[in-house]
Amino acid sequence: MTVPAVSVKRLTKRFGQTEVLHEIDFDIPQGMVSCLIGPSGSGKSTLLRCMAFLEEATEGSILVNGQPLGFAEGPDGKLARLPAARIRAVRSQIGMVFQQFNLWPHMTALGNVSEALKTVQGIPRREAEERAMQQLKKVDLENRAGYYPSQLSGGQQQRVAIARALALEPKIMLFDEPTSSLDPELTGEVLNVMRALAADGMTMVVVSHEIGFAASVGQRLAFLDQGRLILNGTPQEIFAKPRHRRLDQFLDTYLDRGAAMLV
Amino acid sequence: MNFDTGLILASLPEIMHAFSVTMLMWVAGVIGATVLGFLVAVARRYGPRLPRHLLRVFVEVIRGTPFLIQLFLLYYGGPFIGLSLDPVPAGLLGLTIYGAAYFSEIFRGGFEAVPPGHVEAAECLGLNRQQTIRRILIPEMTMLVLPASVNMAIILLKETAVLSIITVPELTLVISAIGSQQYAFVESLFLLALFYWGLVEISGKLGRAAEARLSRFRLALA
Repeated sequence: MTVPAVSVKRLTKRFGQTEVLHEIDFDIPQGMVSCLIGPSGSGKSTLLRCMAFLEEATEGSILVNGQPLGFAEGPDGKLARLPAARIRAVRSQIGMVFQQFNLWPHMTALGNVSEALKTVQGIPRREAEERAMQQLKKVDLENRAGYYPSQLSGGQQQRVAIARALALEPKIMLFDEPTSSLDPELTGEVLNVMRALAADGMTMVVVSHEIGFAASVGQRLAFLDQGRLILNGTPQEIFAKPRHRRLDQFLDTYLDRGAAMLV
Repeated sequence: MNFDTGLILASLPEIMHAFSVTMLMWVAGVIGATVLGFLVAVARRYGPRLPRHLLRVFVEVIRGTPFLIQLFLLYYGGPFIGLSLDPVPAGLLGLTIYGAAYFSEIFRGGFEAVPPGHVEAAECLGLNRQQTIRRILIPEMTMLVLPASVNMAIILLKETAVLSIITVPELTLVISAIGSQQYAFVESLFLLALFYWGLVEISGKLGRAAEARLSRFRLALA
């Protein structure tokens, strides 16, 4: 059996007195799309941010392809922070896409995508831009390479952000509510890019409110509620009736809001 | 009131020299204050706790006391701690420190106004802290702080007049001296006001042009 792409072990996260995640234990399998769903405040985004090492776990640990992320147990059994270079090496296997896109406004689409290739990997400008262009082609935006983020629609910005993460050839892509700040009309183009990526065999972890996407593209679903991992399995297992009571309530609220995606 | 411009014209070489001194003090002062202010802002964001607190106190003291007093203390009090400076270096140092306190606050606000997600994106892509500051924070902050920085540069231009009290041979000292020698106080003061106002107008125009050039990014930050 291969090592999981990400292995989360007894992860607890507290902000001050508030416990956001409680002893989360689960694995992200290689080459699959795993979706994290759950109500607001359930801790799903925090869990994803822990996997990107944007948040540090209070307790527990995370392994990325078997290598410790951020902290490792020392000889004394205590967790010790790894050197910055090692943290960066492990993190480089991970690409992150944010709800707010987080493109750098002073750089063009091409500049955003080629930046880390130039600055981090030291690739000469011309070659970096060629590689960035290939990524922009993948998200069907090569004709917008010279545009600044403010000149692009939300959907286009998010696709540039995906290309930017892909440029570094990560092994795992994390998506934090990638369509939540988009008009319904623009979510489709982003979801299509994500579908294509999934079809390519990319390991993906998606925090999403798009239950339809989770059900159709997700090969693994994890349902979180109040910082606890309640359900974890294939969509068939999770949506099969009789459903878990808490999941049923959660799905009901979607229908209440008139969302037709489940029908 | 009779304006006797002839008296002023006779002193033109002196005035031109004084003008160049004012420009030197201003330009060098703004550059010095910007650089020092930026370093203070970076140290206050990333530095260890003790220097951070000391710098906060420094900024509050400088902002909380009149420039005139600071200048007196530096020029007349300096020798007591072994710091004897000629008027021009003393004036430049005073202006730099005074401006730096304000610029550091402008830059601190600028750093805080850059959306944290932009820094997180850089972090996720493997940029280290220096690279993030150089490639992301400084360019983004620049467009955010430009209006406030132009404003501060204009204030510093007018503050160069205060340097006359420690005998820096700049416009205010020279023109008011000419005015009192020639019994032409009003003319000289009027001329002085015109000089400063003209310079402020020009720098304001330059600032607005720079803002317009950068405005295409601002949308995305709003």
